[in-house]
Amino acid sequence: MTDDTTATTRESTDGGRQTVDPRPVGDDRTVGGDRTTRRDRYADAPPVLELADVRREYGAETAVESVDLTVREGELLTLLGPSGCGKTTTLRLIAGLDRPTGGTVRVAGDTVAAGAAEHATFVPPEDRDVGMVFQEFALFPHLTVGENVAFGIDDWPDADREARVEELLALVGLGDYGDRTPEDLSGGQRQRVALARSLAPEPDVLLLDEPFSNLDVRLRTRMREEVRRILKAAGVTAVSVTHDQEEALSISDRVAVVSDGRIEQVGRPETVFEHPESRFVAEFIGQASFLSGTLSDGRVDTGLGTLHVDTLQGLTDEYDGAAVDVLVRPDDLRATPVEAGGAAGSPDASEVSGVGVAGDGTVVGREYTGPSFVYEVELDSGDLVRCEHNHASEFDLDRRVRVDLTADHTLAWYPTE
Amino acid sequence: MAGSGADSGVRRPFERLRRLSTTADGEPTAAVALLAAAVSAAVLSPVAWLLLRAAEVGVSDAVRLLVSGNTLSVLTNSVALVAVVTTASVVLGVPLAVLTVQTDLPFRRFWTVAVALPLVVPSYVGAFAFVSAFGPRGVLAGVLAPLGVEIPTIYGFGGAALVLTAFVYPYVFLTTRASLLSFDTAQLEAARTLDTGYRTAFRRIVLPQIAPGVTAGALLVALYTLSDFGTPAIMHFDTFTRAIFLELNTFARSHATLLSLQLLGVTAVILALESRIGPGEADGYGSRTSTDTVVELGWWTVPALCLLAAVVIVTLGVPVGILGLWLVRSGPGYAAGGLAFEWTFGLNSAAVAAAAALVTTLAAVPVAYYSGRTDSRLGWLIERPTYVGYAMPGVVLGLALVFFGTKYAPGFYQTLPLLIFAYVVRFIPQAVGSTRSSVMGVDRALVGAARTLGETPRRAFRRVTLPLIAPGLVAGAALVFLTTMKELPATLLLQPAGFTTLVTYIWRVQEAGYYGRAALPALVLVAISSVSMLVILRGENT
Repeated sequence: MTDDTTATTRESTDGGRQTVDPRPVGDDRTVGGDRTTRRDRYADAPPVLELADVRREYGAETAVESVDLTVREGELLTLLGPSGCGKTTTLRLIAGLDRPTGGTVRVAGDTVAAGAAEHATFVPPEDRDVGMVFQEFALFPHLTVGENVAFGIDDWPDADREARVEELLALVGLGDYGDRTPEDLSGGQRQRVALARSLAPEPDVLLLDEPFSNLDVRLRTRMREEVRRILKAAGVTAVSVTHDQEEALSISDRVAVVSDGRIEQVGRPETVFEHPESRFVAEFIGQASFLSGTLSDGRVDTGLGTLHVDTLQGLTDEYDGAAVDVLVRPDDLRATPVEAGGAAGSPDASEVSGVGVAGDGTVVGREYTGPSFVYEVELDSGDLVRCEHNHASEFDLDRRVRVDLTADHTLAWYPTE
Repeated sequence: MAGSGADSGVRRPFERLRRLSTTADGEPTAAVALLAAAVSAAVLSPVAWLLLRAAEVGVSDAVRLLVSGNTLSVLTNSVALVAVVTTASVVLGVPLAVLTVQTDLPFRRFWTVAVALPLVVPSYVGAFAFVSAFGPRGVLAGVLAPLGVEIPTIYGFGGAALVLTAFVYPYVFLTTRASLLSFDTAQLEAARTLDTGYRTAFRRIVLPQIAPGVTAGALLVALYTLSDFGTPAIMHFDTFTRAIFLELNTFARSHATLLSLQLLGVTAVILALESRIGPGEADGYGSRTSTDTVVELGWWTVPALCLLAAVVIVTLGVPVGILGLWLVRSGPGYAAGGLAFEWTFGLNSAAVAAAAALVTTLAAVPVAYYSGRTDSRLGWLIERPTYVGYAMPGVVLGLALVFFGTKYAPGFYQTLPLLIFAYVVRFIPQAVGSTRSSVMGVDRALVGAARTLGETPRRAFRRVTLPLIAPGLVAGAALVFLTTMKELPATLLLQPAGFTTLVTYIWRVQEAGYYGRAALPALVLVAISSVSMLVILRGENT
């Protein structure tokens, strides 16, 4: 990793032309680290990929309803959504492997697809500077690793081409593998070759279709970091697609949650996680539970007692009388066993400040994941919530528990459906 | 460094299926579609010529010809031959398959090959050998006559049925064997634990599950029998094919045409039966193939071995023995007349077969690519007609092209291009089949990858698809080459004057009765058939 950091640093200091250098300095250091810098870095960068009201219908079926999206230079954005939500179709529309039935796609300022029917603009994939890493990598089985990487740059002068192939194989850590065939490689190595191949022609945008779905679980985590490092070292603008929320949250500069052919929310991973803008996003990311209640006089009475309006994000007295569902995640809650007969105190009496709010309930389910237990508790109010505990806290089913709200952040809420 | 190889191969078939239904990578261009449609139309054209010619026959003439005693007897002869040969093939093929798959028969491997091998003897060569062995002036007759033993005549229904059964029953053997191999023997063990004996278990469990395989083989036998020209001709037994050939030679073209249409009708019935009952994917969910012994033969071993030996002697021993005999006994009785064998006949065969293979493969590519890469109904519509060669007996195809040549294109009649066109029509199904499956074997994402790397559809085809389907193309071409070498009826009808191939030479020698002359070319053909069988088997394995 150190090598790559110095490499990118040197490049940006050598040139001193900050405007043309797309490579964020030593960004790989921020993997899993400081998110704020990530956002600041790309907010002012010029847009490289712009989608406006992009649609794709197959006969009566709508795959992409309407997607608006802007991806800025050097950033890694992930389309996250359940299978069948239209995210892969969106990727293929960007690549030019499929034609939109409406809307505009712009790459590096050029319109590559616009409108439908007779006035349509459509630039075929080979004439777009868009690279793609396919789900199963799609390495050409009849070519060596080196020939695969050189495939898209065969019109370069020999010396440049060889240098480029060497450079990229070194970047992905496969310097000695040029003469192997794809068949000889492991899954992770194939992915590196696929990356190197798509980066070779210096695309404006690189697309990654479920890039980790073909790797086994242990390799997946390692390759996430590795792929992010390679993308950042290459300084390429990238859009990836996944249904794995953990993957999306860990590798992306920004996440776009897609549902039914629409983007529900775009934002930094922690924003999307902590402040989901829709119930769908909340339910899709993290194990969401909801507390139902009604706002009156600046308070919401829930199964966990009374929540003050200040603890609920963006909720004001204007909504007085509205029925709301408050989002709580397993890590926001903590269960404590209550001795039979001894009530844990009336929830009505507890504070209204948010922290310290609690309610009684019964353990109705538990899921053991190794490091932790997730208990499902049916509150006396009827709401079902989940509480996460470490593996040492073991409660039996049907045990009476008191559930404390331990969150130190404001809570998201949604109008009751 | 990336560690253990996550094997993506397991997911592939499913993924491919998913992509097939959702994407358009490498979707062929309109030009490819047009090319494919043109090939398809050309291949279908003989049917049109046949129908055009039939339309020239007056209605009253047609009715008279169709209900004439001769026509009816041809129909009954053909149907009877098909019925008997098919039944006999099932009766022979199924037990042999069971013996070689599920029992502890000694030398199973050897018997499996030996029992399948008769398929490599072209049936007209087989018929020829049988006639010369058992015929009136034949070898065995010669040996037995002094002893006062008279063998029944080989000519006619009995001989034709015997010879055809001997050389086509392996179809049933092979398809039944495949079904048995994919049969999960754990089911038999389960039956045993439910206190059912092998015989009952076979009837109640095995038989229903291998039935589709048996049926598929039986239908192949039926189609072959119906379309075979050589055997009935040599056995002087009037079936459709022989009658058509004879009528054509006596310039009774109207009758030949009507007989051809009737033959096509019967063929269509068999094909309809096949698509109804279907070869069906008989492999179920028990995917492990098993040759585990499930039956111990015990004292049945001896009768079983006798049966196998008898089958092998009749189907392989007789023809190979006779051909060998001819080869060594080149006495005047065998090699008289002016029909000396020349090696140029072999060269002619090879040259015309090579040309047919080349043209057929080129014609098959657009069809196979288009239908393999599109899910549209149009793809199916374009591909299907190219299978007309399977359904069209060689003699009917030859007839249709004779009409075309004499009436519409005298310049082409009895020229090599027309002959090669006949081969293309007849054998393009093989080339389309093998090319299509290799096209489908190429992951569409590869084409998509090439496109995103800056290649036009045409260049992506050349740089990625073509190298990957090359083995399929070569295999298809090889099959066409080998089957063209053996083709008899269309060759007889369309050969240019003075152009002799191995096949037409054998035929002339046979007609003249100079059997000895045929030994070498016949052995060459048997060898060629063996190679084509190997190609087919290798294609099935990969």
